[in-house]
Amino acid sequence: MQLVLERRAERSTKIAILSPLIAIVLTLVTMAILFAILGKNPIAALNVYFVEPLTDSYSLMEIAVKATPLVMIAIGLSFCYLANVWNIGAEGQFIMGAVCGSWLAVVTNGTGAGPWVLPAMLVMGALGGALWAMIPALCKVKFGANEILTSLMLVYVADLIMDYLVRGPWRDPKGMNFPTTATFDPVANVPVLIEGSRLHAGAIVALIVVMLATVMLGRTIKGFEIRVVGAAPKAARFAGFSSDRLVLFTFAVSGALAGLAGIIEVAGPVGVLQPGISPGYGFTAIIVAFLGRLNPVGILIAGLFLALTFIGGEGAQISMKIPLDLTKVFQGILLFYVLACDSLILYRIRLISPFRKAADGTA
Amino acid sequence: MRKIMMTAAVAALAIAATSYSASAAEKLKVGFIYLGPVGDLGWTYRHEVGRQEMVKELGDKVETTFLENVSEGPDSERSIEQLARSGHTLIFTTSFGYMDPTLKVAKKYPKIQFEHATGFKSAPNMGTYSGKFYEGRYIQGVIAGKMSKKGVLGYIASFPIPEVISGINATILGAQTVNPDIKVKVIWVNTWFDPGKEADAAKALADQGADVIMQHTDSPAPMQVAAQRGILAFGQDSDMIKFGPKTQLTSIIDNWGPYYTRQAKAALAGTWKAEDTWDGLKEKMVVMAPYTNMPDDVKALAAKTEAAIIAGTLHPFKCPVIGQDGKPVECKGANLEPGQILGMNFYVKGVDDKIPGK
Repeated sequence: MQLVLERRAERSTKIAILSPLIAIVLTLVTMAILFAILGKNPIAALNVYFVEPLTDSYSLMEIAVKATPLVMIAIGLSFCYLANVWNIGAEGQFIMGAVCGSWLAVVTNGTGAGPWVLPAMLVMGALGGALWAMIPALCKVKFGANEILTSLMLVYVADLIMDYLVRGPWRDPKGMNFPTTATFDPVANVPVLIEGSRLHAGAIVALIVVMLATVMLGRTIKGFEIRVVGAAPKAARFAGFSSDRLVLFTFAVSGALAGLAGIIEVAGPVGVLQPGISPGYGFTAIIVAFLGRLNPVGILIAGLFLALTFIGGEGAQISMKIPLDLTKVFQGILLFYVLACDSLILYRIRLISPFRKAADGTA
Repeated sequence: MRKIMMTAAVAALAIAATSYSASAAEKLKVGFIYLGPVGDLGWTYRHEVGRQEMVKELGDKVETTFLENVSEGPDSERSIEQLARSGHTLIFTTSFGYMDPTLKVAKKYPKIQFEHATGFKSAPNMGTYSGKFYEGRYIQGVIAGKMSKKGVLGYIASFPIPEVISGINATILGAQTVNPDIKVKVIWVNTWFDPGKEADAAKALADQGADVIMQHTDSPAPMQVAAQRGILAFGQDSDMIKFGPKTQLTSIIDNWGPYYTRQAKAALAGTWKAEDTWDGLKEKMVVMAPYTNMPDDVKALAAKTEAAIIAGTLHPFKCPVIGQDGKPVECKGANLEPGQILGMNFYVKGVDDKIPGK
């Protein structure tokens, strides 16, 4: 008996929808086995991971806080990936957005500036992210540079620029030399939605982004163009769509959204600019984008799901003493299964018996 | 299938609920937030040892939880709050960067007792604690001054916060008592724990002629580099003799166990109060590892210095303290005030470096 992958005549829509679910189920099974190996009750562990956080309002709000940047970045990335443009550097665009927006917060700190500060910061953040994304986009269009490499490498550049700023010119004069800016003024803070929680207005922005993206991808010519260029570049050229312009456009959208997410995170839950503002949001968002099938609503669900694993992972550390590393293993396994299951959209698995094969050969 | 899943979920919920209520009744739940992995063999490892000592001492009167690898960014506030919400009534946050997040959560949960290590902000339900590590640094300075053949010490520094700066100053003040021309070269690695960076810094310092390496970072990597290069080094946070049996002179050991035990006992007895605790060699929060790889006269001098600090007859920052610019630092008493040491933002004479960003 032999397993072979056989190309399907056309993509299977059924599998396209089912594949993330299959991936999640496979992940759960694998995790349960891992828990069992660690000597933990798998059912109790999965319960702590996936059920408990959904049972109280505090955890639900924390999930929303965590999902906000993930969803915004992933929506931007989906524009790129749909058009076959491989922006891997959302982490850098996130950081540059945070840096550009924070600049306003730093210079207006303690000056009693009016409520215009926050909106202006958000605009600066989006612009900063978009401009940072333009570098790999222009390099690709003008010189044919591989955007996977250039966008990824720029993550480290962005990180170091932020590092320099918070250790040097922007450092809090009263911060005992610790690398952080002064705490932002209230006018530079994203307002909290429910008093006493950390749920902030950024969550609403994320929902608006999901809606706009749904409309744009589903109902506008631009959305159609993105899909055509991604799916059939030759046909797109015949239709007069410029793939260069689209590279610039998708990079700009994705950079702007990552940048906006960055400044919202800094002006929201963090409240200062400091190293380590992102625990890898820009990279985790890649998982979110694919898990959500590059579809805005799918991404929203995927973002919430991944946020759930973070919060649940922490709960598991507290109540079951399950190491943090397992949460990371978990996310890695999830992406692995998502990509593996995706091959089933274009291929099917067939069992072939050696006898049949031999018979075919003689015929 | 779905039915099975549902039953399983309900059963699991029931198990979780019963085990939770059974344990929450009388035990004191103590939570810890760690910066690094418990296996860093340095800072976090010593806090973990302190936790284990407390558990050993108090047995089933306490139940402890730790969260490791908690970055000092936006996630730390949630991690601290998660501990507060899950029934922990005494919470230790063990790194400087958790100061503001701890304060925020402390204000939100006034009935829960918080202790923050190495910071300077407190609240009615949030105390601070730290060790007088500069006392150990001073002894290391004396040893290094004697042991360095080239008269050049290499210092791997993390962040230019007062604790680190006072450590550098105490080192050179100690070294100057035995070798007035001693030099200290400083490399700032801007991290508490990054074995790769720490090793690179140690190599660079050795290349610049340093023959005694000291560190204010948490991994044993610099000790290993020193061992390869055949020079000497001091361990940090824990006894690192395993990583350099022929290299380590001594090490400043952070000894949190007695303190954690004391505070947990106070919480159990209902006498816990938010205090600013700053203990040193005398109270055994700072302990020196055995003096090794040095001649007997240096060993004796080190032991004498240690005894004098414990007896209170020797203070590392005894006035007058001469600043880098050659002018004496303002002095009110016989020694620098605790506040001047806790907020130290200047170098003393002889340090061959500039405080970053100053």
